[in-house]
This record gives sequence, structure tokens and C-alpha cells, in this order.
Amino acid sequence: MSETTHRQPSLGAYLGVFAALMALTGLTVFAAFQHLGVWNTPVALAIAVTKALLVALIFMHLRYSPKLTLLVVASSIVWLAFLIVITVSDYLTRAWLPVYPR
Amino acid sequence: MADAAHAVAAGTPPELQHHFTDLEHQREASTLGMWVFLVTEVLFFGGMFTAYVVYRSTYRPAFEGASNLLDIRLGTINTAVLLLSSLTMALAVRAAAQGRKKLIVFFLSSTILLGAVFLGIKVVEYSQKFAHHEVPGPHFVVPEGLPRQAEMFFSLYFCMTGLHALHMIIGVGLLSWLIARARRGDFSVRYSTPVDLVGLYWHFVDIVWIFLFPLLYLLGRHTL
Repeated sequence: MSETTHRQPSLGAYLGVFAALMALTGLTVFAAFQHLGVWNTPVALAIAVTKALLVALIFMHLRYSPKLTLLVVASSIVWLAFLIVITVSDYLTRAWLPVYPR
Repeated sequence: MADAAHAVAAGTPPELQHHFTDLEHQREASTLGMWVFLVTEVLFFGGMFTAYVVYRSTYRPAFEGASNLLDIRLGTINTAVLLLSSLTMALAVRAAAQGRKKLIVFFLSSTILLGAVFLGIKVVEYSQKFAHHEVPGPHFVVPEGLPRQAEMFFSLYFCMTGLHALHMIIGVGLLSWLIARARRGDFSVRYSTPVDLVGLYWHFVDIVWIFLFPLLYLLGRHTL
């Protein structure tokens, strides 16, 4: 157990991740000025998710964490998805139905 | 007392609390507890992100126009500053795991300095917003050519970045506490859990900004 949990990324991994994070920041600023139609937001979010994963896996050592920790982290994504998806499924579908007479 | 004295005599590490079997057990439990806290933080910020999604999809032109009034140069610099502070935090955790006291203090101090630079730039940005009457409230003036829901964008901007900045201020406080403890020689190869946990917190705050930056500063740039 202690063998796996004490493992840490190497110095090179930290510096590599930092370089990647800076490059992705440049990329997202560049992409924001392009005319991608409906794709501007998905591209920005995909880059943000990639950056967040890099930070979580390497800087926060998730890659070397026990499965229980991964389960807890995954639960945050599940609950956040509930929060956003269920709320949005109300707001974005209100226009689909005729307004009820008052 | 007799128990404690006995425990020390038997070679129990002084950092070990009595309800854990060993330091490894204690470290894993502490780390898991910190992650559980961070899950609640995800949902805390999640409420604001949800509000953002709802209002942005409802008032899209107002949000895109108002977003373009933010200073993209300062926002990008701040993103870089915060990412660099995450690197120095990660290196502080690494130094702590190696028990290198001077290096821990150096990297923690660098992280505080970068955090302070971030907050300083944020102060400049906020003061510009006040000067331009772009702060929601009685003195808000709807920017020229924008729908009045631009005020809604700025409300969310101040709530989200304000809550993020509050987390940074708390983080700076935690880092100062760690520096004092590191100076005292509390951390060693055997025990550096507090540094690990503040590290997790700091990286989490960094991740929040990773999402705030494109959602607040970049969303309308393609319309320019």
C-alpha cells in the first residue's frame, strides 16, 4: 500500500505538465478569437477539462491515489452533472410548450 | 499521560493520533477527508456555474458583449500566474515529501507571492470596473450598445471571481501557517500531510479558475 501511495510524479512530469498548461492557455485564447460557429464554447470547455485533468492527475497525485479517492472524486462530477443537467432541462425546455393561461 | 509516555517509549511517532494504526493509515484518511471537502466545494461553485449556464443561454448577446468588456490581457496574465503558483505548490509538496525544509519554505513563499500577484491584478481589474460604472447596483450604467442584461453578466462575474478570490485569500492564510510550521521543523519525510492537503486545496482553486477564465473572459471574443 505505502509503495503506491508514496509514489510521486518526477520533477520532469511537473515541469512538463506546467508547460502543457501554459500552451493550452495560449491555445484557448487563440481559439476564442476564431469563428467556429457553435463550436467556440465546446472547444473552450474541452481545453479547460484537459487542463483540469492534468492538474488533478499530476499536481494533485490522483494518478497515484487509491481507488477509494478516485471514487470520491468521480462522485463530485456525478453530483455536479445532476445539478446542471436537471436545472438546464427545465430552463431550456420551457419554450417548447405553450405558456399556460393565467 | 502514562499511555502517551509509553507510546513514545515504544517508538510511536509523535504525529500519530491514537485512533489510527500507523502514519500511512492517518495520511490516507486525511487525504480522503480533504477530497470529500473538495467535493462539497465543487457543488458550492457548481451552483454558480449552473446560474451562469442558465442566464448565459437566456441572454446570450448581453453576455457576449459584456464579456468583451473584461480585460483579456490581465485575465490571461492572471491565468499564467495562477498556473505557475500551482507548479510551485506542487514542488513544495514534493520538497515536503523529501523533508527538505529550506526548499519547502522557498516554494511555499513563492506560492504566496504568486497568489498575491494574482489578487493584486484582480484589484486592478475590479477598480477599473468601478471606474467604468460596470459594477451592478445603483451606479451601474448599461454599456453602450448592449442589452441591459449585461448587468446580470457582471453580477455573476463579481460573485464567481469574488468567491474564487476569497478562496485564494484563505489559501494564502493556510500557506502562511504552513511556512511557520515548516520553519519550526514540523515536516519530515515521515510526516508532511498538512502540506499535501493545502496543496490539494490550492490546486482545486486553480482548477476553478481554469473554468472561470474561458467562461468569463473568452466567451464573446469571436464576435469581435
